Parts: sequence; C-alpha cells; structure tokens
Amino acid sequence: MRIGVPRETHAGEKRIATTPDVATQLIKLGFSVAIEENAGAAASYSNEAYEAAGCDIVASHSDVWAESDVILKVRAPDASEVKRLNENQTLICFLWPGQNPDLLKQLTASGVTALAMDSVPRISRAQKLDALSSMANIAGYRAVVEAAQHFGRFFTGQITAAGKIPPAKVMVIGAGVAGLAAIGAAKSMGAIVRAFDTRPEVKEQVESMDAEFLELDFEDEDGAGAGGYAKVMSKAFIEAEMALFAEQARDVDIIITTALIPGKPAPKLITADMVRSMKNGSVIVDLAAEQGGNCELTEPDQVVHRHGVSIIGYTDLPSRLAAQSSQLYATNLRNLLAELTPGKDGEIVLDMEDEIIRGATICTGGETTWPPPAPKLSAAPPAPKSEPAPAVIASKPSLAGPIIAACAGGLALLGLGAVAPPSFMAHFTVFVLACFVGYMVIWNVKSALHTPLMSVTNAISSIIIIGALLQISSENMLIMWLAAFTVMIASVNIAGGFAVTRRMLDMFRK
Amino acid sequence: MISSGIVTVSYIVAMVLFILALGGLSNQEKASRGNWYGIAGMAIALLATLLGVVTGHYVILFVALLVGGSVGIMLARRVQMTQMPELVAILHSLVGLAAVLVGFANFMDSSMHLVGVEQTIHDIETYIGILIGAVTLSGSVIAFGKLSGRIGGKPLLVPGRHWFNLALLIAVIWFGRDFVLQSAAGGGMTPLMLMTAIALLYGMHMVMAIGGADMPVVISMLNSYSGWAAAATGFMLDNDLLIVTGALVGSSGAILSYIMCRAMNRKFIAVIAGGFGTGGGAAAASGDIDGEVAAIDSEETAALLTNAKEVMIVPGYGMAVAQAQHAVFEITRVLRDRKINVRFGIHPVAGRMPGHMNVLLAEARVPYDIVYEMDEINDDFPNIDVSVVIGANDIVNPSAQDVPDSPIAGMPVLEVWKAATTIVLKRSMATGYAGVQNPLFFKENTRMLFGDAKDSLDAVLRALASRK
Repeated sequence: MRIGVPRETHAGEKRIATTPDVATQLIKLGFSVAIEENAGAAASYSNEAYEAAGCDIVASHSDVWAESDVILKVRAPDASEVKRLNENQTLICFLWPGQNPDLLKQLTASGVTALAMDSVPRISRAQKLDALSSMANIAGYRAVVEAAQHFGRFFTGQITAAGKIPPAKVMVIGAGVAGLAAIGAAKSMGAIVRAFDTRPEVKEQVESMDAEFLELDFEDEDGAGAGGYAKVMSKAFIEAEMALFAEQARDVDIIITTALIPGKPAPKLITADMVRSMKNGSVIVDLAAEQGGNCELTEPDQVVHRHGVSIIGYTDLPSRLAAQSSQLYATNLRNLLAELTPGKDGEIVLDMEDEIIRGATICTGGETTWPPPAPKLSAAPPAPKSEPAPAVIASKPSLAGPIIAACAGGLALLGLGAVAPPSFMAHFTVFVLACFVGYMVIWNVKSALHTPLMSVTNAISSIIIIGALLQISSENMLIMWLAAFTVMIASVNIAGGFAVTRRMLDMFRK
Repeated sequence: MISSGIVTVSYIVAMVLFILALGGLSNQEKASRGNWYGIAGMAIALLATLLGVVTGHYVILFVALLVGGSVGIMLARRVQMTQMPELVAILHSLVGLAAVLVGFANFMDSSMHLVGVEQTIHDIETYIGILIGAVTLSGSVIAFGKLSGRIGGKPLLVPGRHWFNLALLIAVIWFGRDFVLQSAAGGGMTPLMLMTAIALLYGMHMVMAIGGADMPVVISMLNSYSGWAAAATGFMLDNDLLIVTGALVGSSGAILSYIMCRAMNRKFIAVIAGGFGTGGGAAAASGDIDGEVAAIDSEETAALLTNAKEVMIVPGYGMAVAQAQHAVFEITRVLRDRKINVRFGIHPVAGRMPGHMNVLLAEARVPYDIVYEMDEINDDFPNIDVSVVIGANDIVNPSAQDVPDSPIAGMPVLEVWKAATTIVLKRSMATGYAGVQNPLFFKENTRMLFGDAKDSLDAVLRALASRK
C-alpha cells in the first residue's frame, strides 16, 4: 500500500508526519511512501533526504491525497482536505473527536477509516505509540526554553567577581509528562524547581528529579482520575490549593502550568491578583492556553505583559521544536503502523479485537466507532495495597528434627566410643576438631574468592600423596608402582592447584 | 633420616600453615600470602615424609613427582579462566583416584598385622576411603565432561533413579559386611572390587542427573568429597596430617555447597537427588506471560549508559559462554572515565562454580572493589539509573519474589528491575535453566538487547566511542 504524507496546511504548523529515518522503516514494513514536495522543509528535512530514504516526492498537494491508500498527518484535515477522502483510504493523525464532533461526522460520512493518535488508549503496551506523551514531553521542555527567553536573568545561581546571582525559582503546576519534562529542563539549567500536583502518587516522580514537591495541608483526597489524568477536586481542596499558589506566586520567578482535565476547560489556578503579586520580570508559561488557560490573563497564541509579568500562551510549542517533534511523532506513527500490519507486507489489517487499534479507530466504513468501550486500565489506578507477598516462604523450622538428629548423633558417638580402641578415638578427636576449625575459617572467606578457595583446597587435599609416599618403599612391586602412579597424579594436583590459585589471585586488583 | 618426632612436628607445622592458607582467603590483599602458606605447608610435609619415612625407590619417586608437577604447572598455565570449573573438576577426580589407589595399595600391603576390633575398624576405614574416593573420581569426571561440553548439560533422569540409588547403597553395605568378614580371614579383594565398581557407577549416575546450573553445588560437593576421601585415608594410615587436611577441605566444600544451596533456596538433598523441580510445582507457574518486550539496539544502549549516573552490571553464565568479560571491562572503563559510577552485582550461583564471575571479572582487570555481592548491593537498585543484565536469567527473575508457586519461589534474586531502566542482553527469549518464564523481560522499564553478548557489547563499545 502507498503511504502519502501531505504538507501541513494549518498556519504556522512546521511539523511533518514522517522523517527520512522513519520512512526507511515504513518501507521495511512493506509500504511505499510519497511525500509532498517541501513538506518537511519547515522541520529541516529536505526533499533530497526523503528521496535518499527511498520516498517518492510528489509535487501536487491534491495528488498526494488522491493517490495514497494511507494518509499520515499531524493536524486534523481542514474542510477542503476532508472532501478528498474516500472509503478506501486510511487517515492517521490527531483528530480530537471529542472536541470536533462536526469533523467526526464528516469523516464518517466520507467512509474513510480514521485513526486518531489522541485516542490511543493509555495502556502499557501502547506507550510506544503514545503521541500525546511525546508531544507533551516536547511542550514541557520548550516551555522552559520560552520562559528563559522572556526571563531577564540566569536560571542558575552563580557567585562571580561582579557579585552573587541567586538561582531562579520555578514552580511547575501539574506533574504529568509535560510537567516532568519542564521540571527536568529547568532543573538542568540550574533553577530551584518546585512542583505541585493533585495526585499524591506523582510525589515520588517529582522528587526523583530532584525537585521539591509542594504539599497541601489537607486531608487526603486523591486527584487521580481515569487513565492516569487528574479529575475535578472538591471545593475545600481547591481553596487550600489556591492559598498555596498565592503564597508561591509571591516567591517564585517562573510559573509553568500544565493542569488539564480531559474534556473540560482548563481550571483557573493563577488569578489576576496572583499575577499582580509576582515580581516584575517574572514569567508565566501556560501550557493549557488552548483549553482556556490555567491563568486568568492568558491569551492563546500570544505573549502578553500584564503587571510586569510576561504571560506566554503559545499553543504550538511542539511545532516550535519541529524537527524533534516530527521525529518522535513519526516514530509513534510507525509503531502504530507496525501494529496495523502484522504481516509486514504493507497491507493494513484493522483488527478491532486489538485494544490499541480499537481505541484509536474513530470511524470506519461509514460507521462512527468513537468513543470506544471503556479500556481495561492496566497502569493508572493504584491497586488497593495488598499485603506484599512474603519474599521467602519461611516455614518455621520445627525443633524436633535437629533434636532427633543431635540425639542420634550423640548415641552414635557413644556407641563408637564404647567399641573403638583408644588410638582410633585420638584420631577421631583430631578429626572433629579439624572439621570445627575448617568451619570457623571458611565462613570468613569472601565469596569473591570462592573459586581460588576451591583450587587451593584442591591442592592441599592432595596431601593424600603422603599416603603414597608411605607405600612407595614397599618391597611388593605392584604396591610400589601403584604408589608411584599415585605420587604422579597427586603431584599434578599439587602443582596445578597452587599454580592456578596464584594465577587467579594475581589477577585480583583494585 | 630424621626421627619420627621431627616428622610429627613438621606435620603439625604443615597443618597450621594449611589453616592459615584458608584463613588468608578472607580478603583479596592477604589471599596471595595465604597461597604461599599453603605451598610452604605442602613443601614441609613432603620434605619431612621424604626424609623421615621413605626408604627406597627414590628415582621412581622423583620421576613421578617431576612428571606430575610439570603436567600440573602446564595445565595451570594453559587454562582459560572460563575453563576454571572444568579444571577444578578434573583435579578433584585426581584426588579421588589417588584415594582409591592408596586404599588398594594399603589393603594389599600385608606388613600390618592387626587383630580384633582394630582390624575391623581398619578395614572399615579402608572400605570407606575407597568408596568416597571412587564416587569423587567418577562424579568429577562426569562433571568435567558436562562443564566442558563433552557431555550434554541436561539432567539425565533414569526412571526410578531413587530406588536405583537405594539399591546401590544396600549393595555397598552388603559388600562391606562381606569384606570385613573375608578380610579377617585374609581375603576380601572381590567385595572390595565390586564395591569400587558400584561407587564409580553411583558417582556417574549422581552427576548425570544434575543439570548445568546446579553445577556450583556439585563442584563444591565434589570438593568436599575429595577432602573426606583424604580424611578417610588418614584414618586408614593413622596419619593426623591427612585427617586434619581432609577435614579442612571437607568442611570447606560442605560450607560452599550450603552457601550455593541457600543462594538457590533449595535443599542440598533435593539438588543431589537431581532433576530440577521434578518434585512437582514446576509446571504450575511456567505458563507464558502476556506482554511485549521492548527491544533496543546498541546505539540506544550507549545513549542510555552515557546519560546514567549509576550503572549496575549483573553478569551471568552467558557472559562466560560468550567470553564477553573483556568487552564488559572496556565499557566499564569508558563509563568510569566519564564519571559514571559503574558497579557489579554478583549472585552467589552466577556461573558454573562458586566465585566464577569474580574470577572472570578479575581476569578482565575489573578492579575488585567495584564488584559487590548480592547482599551488599541489593538495596541500592532503586538508586540505579541503568542496570545491565548480561546472560543471566533465573538470578534476576522477579517471580522468585512475586509468585509463591513458582519453582524458584523464595530464591534470593538481584532486584535489577528496581533500577530506572534495565537492559537485558540475551540471545533469545528462551527460558533460563529453571524453565521459568521471566516477567522481568516484559516490564515497562526493561529493554532487550538481543544477540551474542560479546558482539552486542562490542557494538555498544563502538557506539560509546563515537559519542564523545
């Protein structure tokens, strides 16, 4: 089948749905790939690079749409593009069927099979095709870069000959993928980073990135909703939360907000009063601008200056890092296509039994298949803490066994003592003591030296050569030859054992 | 000629030196000196015996000593460190053979005249000495064959083998009674020979029934047997030096066997009885695990490693098979030069003999102060960024902790999955020795690097070198 990648028509969109590297892999899956001329230019992928990867470059926008079996895109198709689709085609891109019911209707009417990258279920198996996470990661990183651009000072603290520079203080609200990426980026630039999230289980992740997790003085209420997203919180909780933000706003230099609740307008977390209380020159980056913004003063797609604070409301942060986001998005698409082509023969099989494919498919053959049945969540909700299985199934050793063994051993010794001659008992004493000494000494041997221990014990157990030496002077020739042979093999052992031990021990070095 | 008193004193000195030799192995700095103590002890004992006891046949004696000694030194020089288990096994068999020969020679020597209980005890000593020696001999030869790949590593399970073993034991006791009775009348060679044949058969059968990964236990056990054989010979010859040395070696091997069994959470008897998991429960948990494995290539591995601060490498038998220890060291060196803290975590039963991995790493010049035992580092895994599992399977299997009815349940394992990312180097998705599927491979933070360990690591090394 032929994959077509048209140029993105949305104003300002620089991303492209496949890169030369990924195109090679698509070809390995059995597809042929057509790229619209200059479609990758904005993301710094040249026509030549695509050609070198084995793609066809198609000059006309309409030809790409008309001649491809599979259309890969980033943004949803615009009105003119939707009209070009037919029932034999498959469209894969971000579609947001929940927010765009009209688009969904038109797609269904066209008969196309449409897979929405934003509807891929959030299960472990689907992580490698989770484009939302890929894009959120980039947005979080880019948010810090934008903040740095508008912030008049260093992020890192320094002590220079010209005076001391305090580090910037960054607060990140919402520690999802974007929030964590922002924490990582800000941290690596040297800022002091604090983070807040309504879901207490992310505390560990925040702290693992060396950031401080801001906690509310509040009776526990778990903010984790379905699918690993946050949910709407109670009124009392929100009041406590707002008090915390008001207090932090006076202290921090940069606020990055990433708070989103699926299918709802973004919660207003930073009020105009809070903005007013911030220091001059502070920056707010609002990653929720598209859904109305977490800050009251945010204007989507704009940078506004209010009360001495720059408020950044860009909604196209991933596109501002076009090469990187194209690469990750293209890989996510490739992984979805790999799921769709189990035979690696370039033929798409729409297996509606597969959880990932079922979740992503929003319409096919004129039927709307969105929303999918509730996914079986595998990762998000914390299972009720079950008793951890005991690591070692320790059955308490009963005392009876050792006692019986000790009694039997004692009786056997008594029996031996009763019949054995004194000379034997003398040897026996030596034997038992030697076993005991061995026991005490060997426990101190380091486990790293167990192999040398075996080879050295091997060498000294050849002390049995003494037995042969006692016999070699015998007049009986058979005994003499037996003894001589024994001397020979035992000396192999003595020389070999000690020499190899030495060789090994010489190798151990600090 | 020196007096028997001086000989005895020399023997006492030799015993003390042997104890010091073993004690010296308590740490790496003193270990080399310990080996010299052992050599000195052996030299003193030999010299005293030569001067004090031997009265003739010096030429043959010295020729034998020289030939044997040079063969031994040649073996020690030539052996590859990966072949250590084989060498140790074959050397054990020589001790066993020596014990058998000394026993027979002693029995044929008619110069001793004992009567009554003393005669009986002496006969029993001879009998037991030969018995243990013969089991050690044939067992070690089979172990050598298995370790060197001359015999398949799979356990050979004869139907009704426990009954077979029991029958052999009864036969041994029966012939023992015969032997003591006939020996008192001046005969006894026939039952002694028959018993030797049975003991050889038993030794073979016992080791044949044991699989590759249980070899650490077998090797330690044969080590122990070779000691007991020497001790039994000491009783037979009324020689305290042999008794003491034999007892030292015997208990050393026994403790090693115990440590190995504990590291697998298995009973000694169960290992020796052979056949992993045949006692039931094996099939219960070996079912497939649903899930996908995430593969990774050498470039990405190099990227993960360079971006880590803490790396833990967990080697297993696969590293020895692929001879990958030198590549491991090169990677370690490159990473440590870049201020990445690379450490090694060693499971007690990793490899085919106790301490096998340590010796291989030492051979590749990995400094021993970054090589840690399981108990020392298992709690550190949550702080590790990348853990690298090289050719190990059962010793890093989380089901030992999570699945109570797994055949390896309760076995202590290295908790590699607690690291941020785990990279597993493996040839294929085959199960480990225990035949248990490993959920580690399906964890979200696990990446599989498929291929021969050495080739993969060489590729990683090249990728590392190109990422400056």
